Amino acid sequence: MNKDTLKNITSKRLFLPVVCLLAVLLANVIKTPDFFKITLENGVLSGYIIIVINRASELVILAIGMTLVTAASGGQDISVGAVMAVAAAVCCQILSGGEVSVTELASPMIFAIISAILAAALCGAFNGFLVAKLGIQPMVATLILFTAGRGVAQLITKGQITYIRVDSYKTFGGYIGKCPVPTPIFLAIIVIVIVNLVLKKTALGLYIESVGINGTASRLVGLNSVLIKFLTYVICGVMAGIAGVIASSRIYSADANNIGLNLEMDAILAVALGGNVLGGGKFSLMGSVIGAYTIQALTTTLYAMNVKADQLPVYKAIVVIIIVILQSPAFKKMLAKQKTKKLSGGTAVEGGK
Amino acid sequence: MEKEIVLDMKNVSKTFPGVKALQHVDFKLRKGEIHALMGENGAGKSTLIKVLTGVHDFESGEIIMSGASIINKSPQDAQSHGISTVYQEVNLCPNLSVAENLFIGREPRKFGFIDWKTMKSKAAELLKDLDIDANASDKLEECSIAKQQMIAIARAVDMKCQVLILDEPTSSLDDEEVEKLFVLMRRLKSEGVGIIFVTHFLEQVYAVCDRITVLRNGTLVGEYETAELPRVMLVAKMMGKDFDDLADIKGDHKQLDKLIPVIEAKGVGRKGSIKPFDFVANKGEVVGLTGLLGSGRSELVRAIYGADKPDSGKIFVNGKEAKINAPIDAMKLGMAYLPEDRKKDGIIADLSVRENIILALQAKKGMFHLMSRKEMEEAADKYIKMLQVKTASRETPIKSLSGGNQQKVIIGRWLLTNPEYLILDEPTRGIDIGTKTEIQKLVLDLADKGMSVTFISSEVEEMLRTCSRMGVMRDGKKVGELTGDDLSQEGVMKAIAGGDENE
Amino acid sequence: MEMGIFKSNTVTTEKRKINSNTFLLMITILLFLAMYISGMIIFKDNGFAKPQMFLDLLISNAGLLVIAVGQTIVMITGGIDISVGSVTALVCMAIANQIENHGASAYMAVVIALGIGLLYGIVQGFLISYLEIQPFIVSLAGLFFGRGLTSMISTDMISIKNDIFISWATFSIDLPIGSYSKRGKFIPAHIYPTVIIALAIVIIVALVMKYSKFGREVYAIGGNAQSAMMMGLNVRKTKFKAYILNGFLAGCGGFLFCLNSCSGFVEQAKGLEMDAISASVIGGTLLSGGVGTPFGTIFGVLIKGTISSLITTQGSLSSWWVRIVLSALLCFFIVLQAIFTGIKKKK
Repeated sequence: MNKDTLKNITSKRLFLPVVCLLAVLLANVIKTPDFFKITLENGVLSGYIIIVINRASELVILAIGMTLVTAASGGQDISVGAVMAVAAAVCCQILSGGEVSVTELASPMIFAIISAILAAALCGAFNGFLVAKLGIQPMVATLILFTAGRGVAQLITKGQITYIRVDSYKTFGGYIGKCPVPTPIFLAIIVIVIVNLVLKKTALGLYIESVGINGTASRLVGLNSVLIKFLTYVICGVMAGIAGVIASSRIYSADANNIGLNLEMDAILAVALGGNVLGGGKFSLMGSVIGAYTIQALTTTLYAMNVKADQLPVYKAIVVIIIVILQSPAFKKMLAKQKTKKLSGGTAVEGGK
Repeated sequence: MEKEIVLDMKNVSKTFPGVKALQHVDFKLRKGEIHALMGENGAGKSTLIKVLTGVHDFESGEIIMSGASIINKSPQDAQSHGISTVYQEVNLCPNLSVAENLFIGREPRKFGFIDWKTMKSKAAELLKDLDIDANASDKLEECSIAKQQMIAIARAVDMKCQVLILDEPTSSLDDEEVEKLFVLMRRLKSEGVGIIFVTHFLEQVYAVCDRITVLRNGTLVGEYETAELPRVMLVAKMMGKDFDDLADIKGDHKQLDKLIPVIEAKGVGRKGSIKPFDFVANKGEVVGLTGLLGSGRSELVRAIYGADKPDSGKIFVNGKEAKINAPIDAMKLGMAYLPEDRKKDGIIADLSVRENIILALQAKKGMFHLMSRKEMEEAADKYIKMLQVKTASRETPIKSLSGGNQQKVIIGRWLLTNPEYLILDEPTRGIDIGTKTEIQKLVLDLADKGMSVTFISSEVEEMLRTCSRMGVMRDGKKVGELTGDDLSQEGVMKAIAGGDENE
Repeated sequence: MEMGIFKSNTVTTEKRKINSNTFLLMITILLFLAMYISGMIIFKDNGFAKPQMFLDLLISNAGLLVIAVGQTIVMITGGIDISVGSVTALVCMAIANQIENHGASAYMAVVIALGIGLLYGIVQGFLISYLEIQPFIVSLAGLFFGRGLTSMISTDMISIKNDIFISWATFSIDLPIGSYSKRGKFIPAHIYPTVIIALAIVIIVALVMKYSKFGREVYAIGGNAQSAMMMGLNVRKTKFKAYILNGFLAGCGGFLFCLNSCSGFVEQAKGLEMDAISASVIGGTLLSGGVGTPFGTIFGVLIKGTISSLITTQGSLSSWWVRIVLSALLCFFIVLQAIFTGIKKKK
């Protein structure tokens, strides 16, 4: 009976991601005993765990978009960081009305934010067109915006960092009124809920998986593979837009060089950690979400171990490599071969391959 | 004259998970002989070739070449043993020149560097010798598929083999090119090369082959001298008679008094796939499409369904002209299509049985009208029960099911959409005898209820028991129709085999 | 013999059809000439027309040239390597650190550079060829790894002051061509050995790709790996060798880069991989694999360099414009390639 329940649990999709998260949290607690301690300071929640959850918000949102893109097209969108910068630039530029630093909003905030997200969606549409319609490899297609995006953002902010020193703008990255919980956490949760609803309440989730697993069969069954792939890239763009606005709000400015820097890599890592196959097909949104929080927690652990920010990438690289090796079919084949060799005790009949 | 045996395959067996691909098959090839290897889909021809050329291993049996027992572990091995193969898909590199494709892996060298000059002149010589109209320096992708095929053959021939395997080499060649190929084959024959010619074109077999080996369902039917085997007999041996204990089930079903066309295709054709055809499918009628593999049966229905958009002709659905740009258009007009290749075109491997069943209906409903969980489960359960699908649960990924059960799931998928016109391309392939009959009965029931069905099967028996009319296909063209008394084993065999010596 | 009966109807002429790849390359070369000549015309007064301008182009991009050629080879196999920028940074930092802080000789620096490059090539090559992991992911990890390792060595900039190294870096060779100063004095143009080394490497690689078995196999597996295997080629081994060669070239290029910058710092060569990829694609390398030449890549690098020079000479545009124009060009060529591939498929 016990063996069965054990097998039941370990075979669940979210098993590995959750285990990874727990492992990292454990490492954190060991290093910092008061990791889970939450206190109320100056009317806001504070504590290591709060920092982790707060800081992870942009990554969570990006990872959601990246998951869909990966599932439908078997490739990744490396432009999300740059698109964040573009969105931030558009937002701040509209709010500042062209000035470098303002203390009053030049335009309604809602207008600026919607424009920012639209700009990001446009970027997503650009990527989507190249990948879905022209059939270009996702990494290469998104390479264009990856290279040009920040430059475009710079152009929008006219080469300067635009500051919006208005309290109302700081809410997205800060706090809503007297609420002790940081806003990004709410926003991340809202995005998770909305996307989940869309995927589950419409057939989109099913379609994305179907197209990602077998595009030919999907077409014969009546699905529009091109449109679905295109949509995932647009959604990914919108996610980057939202994340960009949040990031910008945190620093109440648009820093085209640094907003979202290296986040695309983290997003891909989150998707992989979430148990999603990078080659496309079935996906788990919650897996990626857990993966995103895990990466953030990992970052915190490494900081606690006095690893400097610049050196984090080394450890992330190692984790990525281990995960993809474990996921690779060729590796699994090699393992299987080793197993059969051991079992047959070397008397395997070499009747060919 | 007993020619020397250059290749002797004895008692070869090969099993894939769940499928006995080859069972105790023998095959003998003599020096200077052109030997046809024939059989329908699933007969085991390509498995036999792959076992011989080292792509697959085999469980039992022996391969003897010129007296020595060999095992090929890779295509390179086969090459070194003197076996050259030309595959149906041109296995050359499109980005390289003709000359390079001919010589890659064995380029002429000068001081360790590749001698392009010699390579080009040797290539030109070879092309001229084989009468291939191409320049040595052309990029391969610029040549037509037919030329590419000839170049692939040229490469194999130049490598001086004892056994040359030609796997469906004429699919993309026109008559003139086929003749050139035959001339080449006869020349090789006179030089003592043994040629295995895998094909489904009857005329070609009779034009150039000395012997014929027929496989069916993984077993050897027999080896015959071409001169002593009349066409009709060959077709009979290939299609065989399938064992089943239910005789005439058609008797219980209605005869149609009025023919109301549901689908009408006029002059519909697709270049390189199917020559323009006319086709009518009537309400409540089961129409069959018969012909050997490769005769264009699937291509015809795919052209109607929009799976491969036709470039000529018109399609009328219930009298109105239809614009079908993609399968979804056909589906919305009430069509349904069960593809021949379930693995590639049918199943969505990682999705569950339930998801696979409801997918087509869901696509019809549209993205925003998601079926409720309850609806999906009921639909899935209905067809799991009706078709007796063996599955652990409706949530099991379809890839875990056996081929036959996967097939049933896909059938269920299309039945769920309640189509007016249902196309079934090899619906009973891989299914056990008992369920085969169930499906045949089901088809007749559906027809009774008014559905129009087009039924394609390699098993003539099956079609005779369900169809009231049959279209006959040969070599990519619809060549006729059989009704009434002509609908018999003999009638069908004759129609497929075609005329006598002349087309 | 019945052969004679079936003589072909068409006359076999040796007409040189311009195929799409040659066409794309011609566009690239024309584009370069157009850009450079317009530069010469528009910025004549700023010295754009002087021969030294062109030579400076080569000098600043010597390292990129070698790296881009390595990238071309990998892209021909159908893969990609986005770690080369961080490899360059790592090489520079490692060399700087060893020379300045551990007293290594300049000659040792060469060994270090090549060693790092080779190691990258071997590890990434193995993961990609034998474990069949996507090249993008592997090189992404390589990129991470390199950047992190660089900052582990030092977060501060290390300037190289070693005599021998500096002498290599500043050794200038005068050429017979040159320009005249305002006072009529002849100022000979000069070139650095890095350029000569870079060009020599590119020529050698070009010869290898054209005349060696390995080179042709790379093209074959890029064209159709399945066919190549059926024809008896060892696809995995060839891919592995291609990545090792790329690693080696990345190390070489990194060393040349270091001679240019004479320093190692964390943010060095950021985005260099994109420059290499862009240069390759603009130079005619197909993303899908099987097509590309070192010769074309030279022009890709020249175009990138020209854009840089034009924008620097213009003065008022921000340097971000270089990236934007380069990306736009990259996009243009990618779309062109996709269109041509689409046309080919329909035939």
